[in-house]
Amino acid sequence: MGLISNGTTLLDAGAIDSGIAQGPMQLITTLTASSSANLSFTSGISSTYKEYVFKYLNLHAATDEAELNVNFSIDGGSNYNVAKTSSFFRAEHTGGGTESTAFEYRTGDELSNGTGTQKILRTFSTENDHSGSGTLTLYDPSNTTFVKHFTARGNVIQHANDTASAAFVGGYANTTSAINAVQFTFSSGNIDAGIIKMYGVL
Amino acid sequence: MAILSNAVEMADAGSFSVSLGDQVLIKELNTSGGAVANMTFHHGASSVVLDDTYPFYKFVFSNMHPAGNAVFWLFQANAVDASGFNEQITSSTFRAVNPENSSNGQVDYIASIDQSNGTGFQNICSDGDIKTDGDSCISGELLLFDPSNTTYIKHFMARTNHMVNNSQSSDNHIAGYFNTTAALDEFQFKFNSGNIDSGTIKLYGIKGAAN
Repeated sequence: MGLISNGTTLLDAGAIDSGIAQGPMQLITTLTASSSANLSFTSGISSTYKEYVFKYLNLHAATDEAELNVNFSIDGGSNYNVAKTSSFFRAEHTGGGTESTAFEYRTGDELSNGTGTQKILRTFSTENDHSGSGTLTLYDPSNTTFVKHFTARGNVIQHANDTASAAFVGGYANTTSAINAVQFTFSSGNIDAGIIKMYGVL
Repeated sequence: MAILSNAVEMADAGSFSVSLGDQVLIKELNTSGGAVANMTFHHGASSVVLDDTYPFYKFVFSNMHPAGNAVFWLFQANAVDASGFNEQITSSTFRAVNPENSSNGQVDYIASIDQSNGTGFQNICSDGDIKTDGDSCISGELLLFDPSNTTYIKHFMARTNHMVNNSQSSDNHIAGYFNTTAALDEFQFKFNSGNIDSGTIKLYGIKGAAN
């Protein structure tokens, strides 16, 4: 028997009803890739939340050395071309008998008011058990006064020698228009598999 | 009709009255009433919880915009019953920065704003001062570990991003500890000069195993 308050089911079958938000971090949308050209969030981004968190889990590339990118839209997803200024650095460790490490800024992966995609993870491998995961936070995308800051951190197994590559990205979308769509793509080929979840934080 | 349990209202009008989930919004401070000199969260004041209720606390600041030019975003703490916001801090900071008008970014350790048992406010926006243009601001978060513990020092980690005065993006990473075994229950955020013209800070408690 359900527990209903004011016409809304709160509890049923021994659990909180799935329609009830639990805590300030609320799952809005889950997109699942299946040989997808992109994963695009074109609804659910509004002034309801001042912080949006995207968690990408086990993204698997269809094409070797593909890189994971993100871009933003101010017209609901018709165009993903918002100007961005950003920085990118990485920490990497190569195992598999060829031990080496790297910690470096990547000028080729930054943007200076560029409208193209922003790289957030480098060179994926297509091996069956390889993938990339991470988190991107976008602050107050609906604000129409300020630029929109974002930060990202993730890890991927690179194509070469099972390298663990951690990427750190920070920047701002240099627009005072509201961002209302976010798109994730690979630099080449499809997103073979994986999911991206978008949360709003109250 | 409200649903009560042990005199606590659990639900009413089609929604839960108690917090659900592992991250609980405790308090929001903003500038809806106008510019302010600082934003201060003190346990027991204005419904703020900053004690052993939660093992982790997170501050999220959105679009903090300074009234003055070329300023830095700072924070400090007070131990219980203390004042002055002058706890000892040892910290490290690095940042990645890249300008809008050219492509020559870099990542560096910033020795000028770390502290070695310093008692000043901790800079959490790196060495690049915040641009005061109408669309410029700083956003980010600060995670605080077990501030009410009276055995250990108190760790913190912050990550912010802001527009530097010469139109650069600065991705700032700051971590450190308050070098005290006293419980901390008051935290203050401010710019080093001038008011907070606009912005929002939210304080969350994050439940641990004991919760």
